[in-house]
This record gives sequence, C-alpha cells and structure tokens, in this order.
Amino acid sequence: MLEIRNLHASVEGNEILKGINLTVKAGEVHAIMGPNGSGKSTLAQVLAGHDAYEITAGSVRFLDQDLLELPAEERARLGLFLAFQYPVEIPGISNAYFLQAALNEIRKSHNLPELDAMDFRELLNDKMELVAIDPRFAERPVNEGFSGGEKKRNEILQLAVLEPRLAILDETDSGLDIDALRIVSDGVNKLRSPERATILVTHYNRLLNYIVPDVIHVLVNGAIVRSGGKELALELEEKGYDFIREELVAP
Amino acid sequence: MTEMLDTAQPNKAHYLSAVDTLRRGSYPAWLAQVRQAGAARFSETEFPTRRHEDWRFTNVAPIITTPFRPLTGPEDWNVSVSDLESVLFGTAGWTELVFINGYYSAALSRIGSLPKGVVAGSLADAISSGNKLAEHHLSVRRESGNVFNALNTALLQDGAFVHLHAGAVLMFPIHLVHVTTGLNEPVAANPRNLVVLGRDAQADIIESYVNIGAGAYFSNAVTDVALESGARVHWHTLVNESEEGYRLGSTRVNQDRNSAFRSFAITLGGKIVRNELTTVLDGEGAEATLNGLYLTGGEQLVDNAVAIEHAKPHCTSWIGYKGVLDNASSAVYSGKIKVRRNAQKTDSRQLNRNLLLSDRATVNTKPLLEIFADDVKCTHGATVGQHPKEVIFYFRSRGMNEAMARAMLTYGFADEVINQIDIEPLRRRLDRAVCERYSPI
Ligand SMILES: Nc1ncnc2c1ncn2[C@@H]1O[C@H](COP(=O)(O)OP(=O)(O)OP(=O)(O)O)[C@@H](O)[C@H]1O
Ligand SMILES: [Mg+2]
Repeated sequence: MLEIRNLHASVEGNEILKGINLTVKAGEVHAIMGPNGSGKSTLAQVLAGHDAYEITAGSVRFLDQDLLELPAEERARLGLFLAFQYPVEIPGISNAYFLQAALNEIRKSHNLPELDAMDFRELLNDKMELVAIDPRFAERPVNEGFSGGEKKRNEILQLAVLEPRLAILDETDSGLDIDALRIVSDGVNKLRSPERATILVTHYNRLLNYIVPDVIHVLVNGAIVRSGGKELALELEEKGYDFIREELVAP
Repeated sequence: MTEMLDTAQPNKAHYLSAVDTLRRGSYPAWLAQVRQAGAARFSETEFPTRRHEDWRFTNVAPIITTPFRPLTGPEDWNVSVSDLESVLFGTAGWTELVFINGYYSAALSRIGSLPKGVVAGSLADAISSGNKLAEHHLSVRRESGNVFNALNTALLQDGAFVHLHAGAVLMFPIHLVHVTTGLNEPVAANPRNLVVLGRDAQADIIESYVNIGAGAYFSNAVTDVALESGARVHWHTLVNESEEGYRLGSTRVNQDRNSAFRSFAITLGGKIVRNELTTVLDGEGAEATLNGLYLTGGEQLVDNAVAIEHAKPHCTSWIGYKGVLDNASSAVYSGKIKVRRNAQKTDSRQLNRNLLLSDRATVNTKPLLEIFADDVKCTHGATVGQHPKEVIFYFRSRGMNEAMARAMLTYGFADEVINQIDIEPLRRRLDRAVCERYSPI
C-alpha cells in the first residue's frame, strides 16, 4: 500500500529526514516511536503533502501512485489521512459543515454522489455516537476552544467519517483520557481490514496494549534505525533511546 | 495635485439655495430654527479634506465636487412595489416603511402588527401633526456633528419616526427602507430618522440603504436614537448601495440608565460609504454592543467611524467590527472610546479584524482610547491578515483544494458576525449573500 524508499526531506536547508525506508502493506498496523525532534511528525506531514518541506531524494508510492507528485488534497482523496499532532482551530466553520464538504470532495473524486445535508447528518450522528462525541460538537467551529483531548477525539471523528485507506495518527493518544484512548483504539481496530492500514506515531506503550502493531519502528535523527515486534517497545521502555544511539555509534 | 484637490472648498451654493427654497415653505417656527442652525453650521464648516484627522483616509472629494441636486420635496420617481421585491424581505407581522429619496411613501409601505403605544411612520407627518416628542428631540440637540450632518439638518424634511411608549415591546421588527433613485440624474437625499424608545420598551429595528436605477447619487442620512431607561433595541443597518452610490450616514444614539443598544452595521455595497455610529452611555448600567461587517471589492471605499462615550459609571461597551477586502478596495475603521472622569467601573472592549483577499486592498484601522477615569477595564485591538497557511493545509489534508479552503474560511470569517443576528429572515438573507459572494461549495 505504502512504499517509502530512501526519503530525504529538509526544511529551510536543514535536512530532517535522512533516508527513510518503510513498507506498509494493506491490513497492517505499524507503530513509529522515537525521541522528540527525531522527525516523526515531519515524516507524517511530508506524506500528507505539506509544502514547507523540500524532498531532496527518494520516492513514495501509495496505492500504485507516485505520492510525491500529488498535491495534498489529491492524496487525501486517494485515501490518505493524517490525524495531526496539533490540530488547528478554524473559527467560523462548524464541524458538520467542514466534514460534509470534505467527505463530498472525496466522494466526488471517486464518482460517488454527494451527500445532502440530511443524509450527511445521519451519517455524522452515527459516527459521533461511535466515537462518543457529544452531538453538540457538530455545530461548534472546528476545534475552536476544544480541550487538547477533545481536539484529538475530533481527529478520530474525522477519521471515522472519511474512512481512509491509510491513516497516520500522529500522537493521537497523547492527552487522551482512558476512555478516549479505548475509543480511539477500538476505532483503529475496527478499521483494521484487509484493504486498510494504519501508522501510529506514539511515545507510549499504553496505546500498543490496545492496538497491537504488526511492526514497531524506531526513528532516530531522521532515519529508521530499528524495526521489530512488540518486544522492541518493551525494550525501549526499559532502556530508553540511549541504548539504540549507543549501538549506532558502536562500530 | 492631490494637495490642490484637498484644499479646494467647492461651492455650497446649490445646497444653500435648496435651504432657501425650504425657507419659503410653511413650517412650524421651531423647525425653521432647527434648519437655520443646521444651515449656519453647514455654511461655516469646511468640507473635510484628508488633512482632517477624522477623514484622513476617506477622500470625499468626489462627493463634494459632483453637483448632486438636493431635494426640497417628494417628486414622482416612479417606483413600484415590484422594484422593491429584493429589498422587502419581511414576513407577516413586520412593519416596513419605505422612503424614496428620504420621503415617506405610504403606498409602498405596510404597517404590520404593532402593539399599543407604538407610532411608526413618517417624520414629516409627525411634524405637521404637531408631535411634541418629535419637536423636543429635534430641537434639543444642538447640531454638533460633521458638515454633512449639518447639511442634513439644514434640509430636514422627512424620514422615519418611530416612538415606543414606556413598556411597549415589539413582537415584529420595524424595517426602514431607504431607497435612493435619481432617474438618471444625480440627486442628494437627506433622510432624517428619529427613533425614541420609552422606559423599558423593546424593539428590533432594521434600516436598509439601497438604490434603484443607474447613475451616481448621494445618500446623506442622519438617524437619531434615544433610549430611555431600561429600553433595549437590536439595531441593524444594512448598506447595499450601488457601484456608483455615495453614502454618508450617521447614527447618533443617546442611552439612559440600564438601556441596551445592540447593533449590526453591515456594508455590502457602495462606491464610497461612511457609516458613523456614536453612542453616549449617559446613565449607569447602560450597555452598547456594536457589531460590524464590511465586505468590499472593486475600488470601493468603506469607512466605519464608531465612537462611544462613557459618560456615567458602571457602563459596558463592546465593539467588534470585521472586514473582508478584495481587489483594490479599501476600508477605514476608527473606534473611539472616551471614558469621562466620573465614569468609574467602565468595562469596554473593542476589536477590529480585517481579512485581505488581495494584496492591492488596503486597511487603515485605528482603535483609540481616551480615558479620564482611573478604575476602568478597557482593551482594544486590531488585526489585518490573510488566511493562515497551516489552516489551509488542514483543509487540503481533508481533500479540499486551496480555493475551496479560502472560500470557506472567508465565509466563516464573515458569518461569525451574521450568525449573531437573531432576526431569522435577516440572518438567512445575509448568510446567503455572504455565501454567494465567496461561493464556497
Ligand atoms: N517548519 C520547520 N522549521 C524548522 N524546523 C523544523 C520545522 N519542522 C520541523 N522542524 C525541526 O525538525 C525536527 C523534527 O521535528 P518533528 O516535529 O518531526 O519531530 P518529532 O519526532 O515529531 O518530535 P515530537 O516527538 O516532539 O513530536 C525538529 O528539530 C524540528 O525543530
Ligand atoms: Mg511530533
């Protein structure tokens, strides 16, 4: 589904991604861990198509297309979804209005009929119930004045409505209470299907107890330095990232 | 070159000769005096140039140099109800008073369901029938406004007169529809409105300023509003003049104790538009909430000059004006808050936010505080900006392209003001106008 080869990206002349290689197959869940500032969010933003980053080398294929050739909105229409580490606030535009517009843009690109306000509202109500969000949030401006956890939940609501093929969750678990964490995990587990995949960026094993990933990757200084199963997360928790850094400098 | 234009004081003769024409008619002595005072002030006050601080960014030279014909009485302008279809949007129960070039048209107006103790009609009728309240309010105020206000007073003839007796509560809005139309000849209309709310009265008032037909015209309106103690009004001024229309309008409010004035000044069209709104919080516990929205394009100039005077303690005021500017248009905002020495415990906030859709558009914004009391809470601010990149990326990451993101954001920015209007037919109408203008989906 997703194949990243030797991806290099820089911002304002500073190289941040230094040769990422990562293959995610349909049906899989991958976790990416790594110290602060190692480039996890940069990778996520580059995949979503943020134009602040310059791609200096490498390639990314997504669903048999050259992802890096596509503008951000076409990546989203193709089925790529990024749950932002820091979702932005959009004053003046209600959650419902925003999501209806988004869903219809995506549907249009697949030659599906647009949903009218009534049909959309029905769908939205179902999804809000699914992710346990107060129905009143439908009328509130997107993320405006939401608490940190509410913003994360709202990202999950969007995920549930847009039903992407590949979901990248950038620290969606940070700041979530126990109930919300379970809801997010349930949501991701429900999306687990042979034609979907998920990349979880996280700092915490806690999440990985709910969503058991197929592979865990460790990103340090712009490159994936280790990949492994669940035991890698336990090892990291025990020893911190230093042991990997030490291994790296060791001959 | 501009300096020469600025210093020229064009002839006021055509206006003063209209004043003379009126003088020959038969009017009550008090009205003759009021007009005379207006005329005197008009003659002695210079037209503003850009060297006048209050008019620095608003060049009124085109208004002064065009020989608009001032009107001295109603004429046959040939306006029918069907011409007004798009401006009369009231539903059952509404009172809609229509004024053509400042003169009341009974034929085009309709009186809806009004409770006892409410008068709504023509100021000329109130004057000729010897209404004491109209006389009192028009004579008590010494004309102290700008030169255009003085001109309006010098030519004071007709406009709306609305009076709610103490305790009267309107169930339906009163809509004052001011149409300027010149039959292809540039006319100057000087509508004069007087709205008085007695103790604890409540009303929703809308004043619309629109045009029928083609050509340049000058609408120079003055509206005086008096709120007695405990009176509450929701006031809406809609300016939708034509591409060739000039409008200078002043709404001057006086508020007694515990009264509340909540207003929306919405400007959608006009070549040069200046909306002045002043309120004096002249009794403890009075409240003013002044909202504004201006949407400009082409080479339009829209100026909102807002002033609040806190004359008594324990009053609150909030000013929130927003503008969306496109093409080579420009907007001017000034918000003066004056807190008198004894006006302790004043709570006043103001914010002017501008969204620039084009790099040729310009904004001059100037929130001003003049505080003579020491125990007050006052904040003010102004912003001029564009849609943040990160927000646009968020839209794109959800499948919407940049053009759509911008359209939706612009709509959202403007709609934040519209959404606070609680008269549904009006809110829906404006919402649609904003939506169509920036066409999101
Ligand atoms: N737009 C930018 N301008 C300048 N530096 C940037 C920019 N974006 C990212 N960086 C830098 O790139 C590095 C990687 O940042 P990134 O946000 O990808 O880290 P992260 O792994 O997600 O960290 P965290 O765990 O704290 O979220 C950091 O040093 C950051 O300061
Ligand atoms: Mg990050």
